[in-house]
Amino acid sequence: MELTTVWFALIAVLWIGYFCLEGFDFGVGMLLPVLAKDETERRVMINTVGPVWDGNEVWVLVAGGATFAAFPEWYATLFSGFYLPLLLILVALIVRNLAFEYRHKRDDDRWRGRWDLALIIGSAVPALLWGVAFANIVAGVPIDADKEFTGTLFTLLNPFGLLGGLVTLSLFATHGAMFVALKTDGDIRHRARDLAVRIGTVAALLAVVFLVWTQLKTGTALTAVVFAAAALALVTGLAAAHVGREGWAFVGTFVTIGLAVAGLFLALFPDVMPSTTDPAFSLNTTNAAATAYTLKVMTWVAVIFTPVVLGYQAWTYWIFRKRIAVHHIPVVAPTASSTAP
Amino acid sequence: MDVLEIARWQFGIITVYHFLFVPLTIGLSAVIAGLETAWVRTGKEDYLRLTKFFGRLFLINFAIGVVTGIVQEFQFGMNWSDYSRFVGDVFGAPLAIEGLLAFFLESTFLGLWIFGWDKLPRGLHAATMWLVHLGTLASAYFILAANSWMQNPVGYRFNPDTNRAELVDFWAVMFNKVQLVTFPHVILAAYMTAGAFLLGVGAYLYMKKKHEADRPLYHRAIRIGAAITLLAGIGVVITGDLQGKVMTEVQPMKMAAAEGLYETSNGCAPFSLLTIGTPDGQEEKFSVTVPCLLSFLGTGSVDGTVEGINPLREEYVELYGQDPTAKAYTEGDYTPVIPITYWSFRFMMGLGFFAAGGAALILWLTRRGRTPGVKWLGALGLSLPIAVTLASSWGWIFTEMGRQPWVVFGLMTTESGVSPGVSTFEAATSLVVLTALYAVLAVVEIQLLVTYVKKGADPFEEPPRVPFGGADDDAPLTFAY
Repeated sequence: MELTTVWFALIAVLWIGYFCLEGFDFGVGMLLPVLAKDETERRVMINTVGPVWDGNEVWVLVAGGATFAAFPEWYATLFSGFYLPLLLILVALIVRNLAFEYRHKRDDDRWRGRWDLALIIGSAVPALLWGVAFANIVAGVPIDADKEFTGTLFTLLNPFGLLGGLVTLSLFATHGAMFVALKTDGDIRHRARDLAVRIGTVAALLAVVFLVWTQLKTGTALTAVVFAAAALALVTGLAAAHVGREGWAFVGTFVTIGLAVAGLFLALFPDVMPSTTDPAFSLNTTNAAATAYTLKVMTWVAVIFTPVVLGYQAWTYWIFRKRIAVHHIPVVAPTASSTAP
Repeated sequence: MDVLEIARWQFGIITVYHFLFVPLTIGLSAVIAGLETAWVRTGKEDYLRLTKFFGRLFLINFAIGVVTGIVQEFQFGMNWSDYSRFVGDVFGAPLAIEGLLAFFLESTFLGLWIFGWDKLPRGLHAATMWLVHLGTLASAYFILAANSWMQNPVGYRFNPDTNRAELVDFWAVMFNKVQLVTFPHVILAAYMTAGAFLLGVGAYLYMKKKHEADRPLYHRAIRIGAAITLLAGIGVVITGDLQGKVMTEVQPMKMAAAEGLYETSNGCAPFSLLTIGTPDGQEEKFSVTVPCLLSFLGTGSVDGTVEGINPLREEYVELYGQDPTAKAYTEGDYTPVIPITYWSFRFMMGLGFFAAGGAALILWLTRRGRTPGVKWLGALGLSLPIAVTLASSWGWIFTEMGRQPWVVFGLMTTESGVSPGVSTFEAATSLVVLTALYAVLAVVEIQLLVTYVKKGADPFEEPPRVPFGGADDDAPLTFAY
């Protein structure tokens, strides 16, 4: 296999990792006002992702960096072209990350209320916009002979793009609810499970329409199989949630997201950003790629360090594997607590 | 303003802002890891109290450093797409490696440190902070390697077919001679920042009546902080001197611009401490100079030759000003903005020496357990971390402005790196939104830091002794958001 193909696959893996992991912490953030009945339950929800959300987010930074290194032209066209959506995503990620760190720093309802809002909006906006962005990448956007994006923000807000956004938004919400059901105990656990099934049904309908539409646009036999498997995983996950098997339910949405993203990348290949202006202007794994030498260096680094990273990230999840319930939340806010850092 | 100007202002604002938080993150992670290790080994309560107290301040600071760092990675592609296309083959690799090696390490182990007090044995818990520090060092190494390549491009060749710079020797980029002197300079400055922070916060609380009972605790913080500031400060001076010599060799214009030296000096070039008049070199009314110091700084010898701005400008016009299609070509001048380079260089050094001097003074005043009776101890202490942080800002302004008009020295001008497809509206929106957001965050952050500094260290409380993997399942979490 050529190194350009290897790197296309690796970048796909990084995005899959990002959406499978950050997807659920986006979901937890979005569902904060829906699932939690009071302050303690909000804290239960936030603490389910507390130790891991930051590590989850690094996946997108590595995906961005890897795209810069392996496909500089792709990085340049995408980031300068999808300018305003990316700016919105940046602002959302900034306020959301600070919400996690700063929310508990003052024992003041107004202060917490504002950070809750930052967490909710900051989780929903990227969940929606990443879907819009990826749907547009796969469908193609106007790109000229100089590899410059020639559209505007409104070019991206087409029906297919918006549907893609709704799919990621609803899927991540489902994934988040599944995670809360898996990681909490008590009343909230059952509400999360019920909610997951309800949102999941909507997500399943949207996803099926979107995936069939994608399949008709650019699909191959392989993508058809992958998309079908994604749909099957979602249905299985919802069924598992319905009968109270939270572990399998979470695996279900995890696999759904992973397969759906994999299918989108397969539908894209060998292009990385098809041009609707003229297919000859499309960016692909060859004309957007870095040199063989750079890819070789990067491959060595990835081969050596990716297993290490996966190892310690998995270890973290194992350390924090226990369910959190209302009685685990310290009564005093950490502001006044004497033991908390 | 056009897109180029907006993009340059954004880069300047966003990057200087980001770097207000970074040195403290790098330095303080080591200090906290050291304090916690000292507690594990000696069992002295003070060490744990300081670990937790400064750990809390560290987290407030770390969060802003992280979120402003995300913008950095995105803005190369957003505002500087032609730069990204031209250098991506060389410049992208260190960025990607930084993410894989450093960011995962920092974020994962910081999560373990924050939430792991009742999950990990003590030694392992301290080790997680050391790993966070290792992550910050790796992060600094790779991003500085990328920046050093912009100052002194090595290990690449220009490919006329693809019209871009292509990597031919990865190790040359990793061990660039500019990198080898820049990395220690930046890291030592980070330790200096953290030392000054420990000293400053310690001195402030030491002077407060409310915290009188904890005077021995803060005395300890002052002593540790002052010692770190002074030692790291000496290291900063030594590595800064080495940097000056490498800079004179690979970027002579930057050295000449730092001094405002217009004509080549054949031996015994003076160093100007202060020039009143017109610092653009047109007219000098009054100046205080140290004879031969510039020659020594630049070459290591009091009679070394230091090239001047005017001959270098002619040389650069000859070398780069011939082919208007080349990316290194500019219609404008090949000299940086001299008042900025001149003054930023002096502000950096002045503030740095002030902080090191202040630390030395306080170290002397507090020697052998002495309790200084001076009223201004708190004010002087608090001014030191601010001075070091501003010195870092001025250092970066000097480094980056001194490289102009190029974004990659001698290879690509800044003006040819900007995104051609981005509209003025988009660029301006980004500048306004990010600047406004950052201003709000600065207020929030400072308020939080002040609140938590004033609160002082909590009383000692023995953390739970836990077997590996966690304690009592039904007990409340030791730490929760």
